[in-house]
Amino acid sequence: MTATSDREQMAYVSAQAADARINVELDTGDMTLNIGPQHPATHGTLRIAARLDGEQVIAAEPIMGYMHRGYEKLCEVRTYPQCTTLINRIDWLGSFANEVPFILAAERLMGVEAPPRAQWIRTILFELSRIANLSLFLGDMGVQVGALTPVFFAFRDRERVLNQIEEVTGGRFHPNFDRIGGLKDDIPKGWVDETRSVMVKMRTFCDEMEDLLVGNEIFQARCRGVGVIPADMALGYGLSGANLRASGIDWDLRRDANPGLAWDQIDWRVWTHPDGDSFARYWVRLQETREATRMVDQLLDGIPSGPIMAKVPRIIKVPAGEAYISTENPLGEMGYYVVSKGDLGPFRVKIRTPSFNNISVVPWVMKGVYVPDVITILGSLYFILGDIDR
Amino acid sequence: MGDQPTPEETLPADEDRENLLTELSESLGEILVDSYLRPHEDLWLRVRVDNWHDAVRTAKDAGFAYFGFLSAIDWNIAPEGRYENTEFDAGLIEEDEEPVELDASTGYAGGDTRFQLLMQLHSLDRQLGVILKADLGEDLTVDTIRDLFPGADWHERETHEMFGIVFQGHPTLQPLYLPTEFEGHPLRKDFPLLARQVKPWPGVVDIEEIPEHLEAQLEAEVMAAFEAEGGEA
Repeated sequence: MTATSDREQMAYVSAQAADARINVELDTGDMTLNIGPQHPATHGTLRIAARLDGEQVIAAEPIMGYMHRGYEKLCEVRTYPQCTTLINRIDWLGSFANEVPFILAAERLMGVEAPPRAQWIRTILFELSRIANLSLFLGDMGVQVGALTPVFFAFRDRERVLNQIEEVTGGRFHPNFDRIGGLKDDIPKGWVDETRSVMVKMRTFCDEMEDLLVGNEIFQARCRGVGVIPADMALGYGLSGANLRASGIDWDLRRDANPGLAWDQIDWRVWTHPDGDSFARYWVRLQETREATRMVDQLLDGIPSGPIMAKVPRIIKVPAGEAYISTENPLGEMGYYVVSKGDLGPFRVKIRTPSFNNISVVPWVMKGVYVPDVITILGSLYFILGDIDR
Repeated sequence: MGDQPTPEETLPADEDRENLLTELSESLGEILVDSYLRPHEDLWLRVRVDNWHDAVRTAKDAGFAYFGFLSAIDWNIAPEGRYENTEFDAGLIEEDEEPVELDASTGYAGGDTRFQLLMQLHSLDRQLGVILKADLGEDLTVDTIRDLFPGADWHERETHEMFGIVFQGHPTLQPLYLPTEFEGHPLRKDFPLLARQVKPWPGVVDIEEIPEHLEAQLEAEVMAAFEAEGGEA
């Protein structure tokens, strides 16, 4: 090379030096990549410390506690009705569904049973919060793989469901509507017909998601065969909900351990998928959302008449005892182990949240995957931060 | 427990759970300390803490492959109570209200020590759940069951930081939620809840007091509505 100027000479020399550095110094050592705590895929503040070898993840360790609010401790110093305020904020996308198992556990200890009408309306609101929760997932999963349209559809249509919940309970996100012995209030006039038309719209939304994502080649390429969780691993980690059913295990607490709600009185089915990959998890949730709209339709047809509140004392004291009740929440098995000592409030509450177990599989499932797959797996495992940290 | 109506009298026998109890008592043998069955609800088994790992393995072999949760209970009564014995709430106790007497027992299937392990497993074949308990000795040490249920990993870490229970053989008993430098075990009953100590809890009563000038008016309105409804609500 002929140096035409000092400047070019300099460039030449530094380029040669860089080459030498690459050959000598640039080894393929591991690198730590922090995903989150403020990453959109983390739905809040979950941090994943991933150790990378090139593009491949060697080890991934979720680091949480950014949102730990100590609900188990706080429940010990509150009365039973006050606890539901906290419990609403565990899985904030399906709040009403959180309240139900806790109230059912308290009812079991008290020997109180809510009247049939209350149980039916509970079931309807439960399924509505499932639709509201899962529809956001259905759109959000598109964002994880780079498709922006579905999430706008999801926010648009979820609002309709939230409106229906708000009309009954007064709260979009935190209804705080379930009471020991029944419900706070009855459903308003005209609500049944409105909800029915919303369910038609939600089925259209599910069809749109099916067209936009399930049949989409890019989506399939990103999700098929990614993050496969075999059935025995899913059981051992205590995965629940759609994550378990996507691994081919036919288990749904609504059908198999119904704690008294109206699920056994309607006709519906449990969806499973044999693959156990990210695609299967998406597919199962899509079918579940659609199934839930059909369930709401049937439930709306058969609301029994009668009171919405059983006779309970004004000051609620729960007799001594222990009860564990779990229900099939939008995210999976949500359970409360309530220990009572005959006081106004619980002695100890163990909150078994689905996301905590669902996300505990991350270190195992992320071993050996590539960086873009981390996001797909996180997205498809679907967690709510409040549900992990409590 | 106490004066509760015994469920055995009112409900038909729960054959599935009774059979399960017989089967597990046989396979557990001396490991089983006590058991308690509430028909159509749940089955509690208290096992010896030294054989915790064996007990969990036995349950797993009996078909309980689904890991629910693992935690602990501190049976001590909190020294601060429920933060309701302050001056603030002294005037709010209703006249007809009897003082609450805490049940002194330690739960179903009993318990002899302060800390008790608590675990829930589920069997998909039987569609039944079982709750395992174990009394922890003075050293608060128990074997890890990470090898049987990988999901127990995080639950053991959580129980370790919240109660100070040591799981022998667990490689990373680092805090899961709390900061690394945090001292104490928050879910122990003697761990004070600072927020309640610096400020009285306004939620001692569920129903807020009505201002005096509104009370008579409101009462009249409520009574009018009540009579219009036709008596008992």
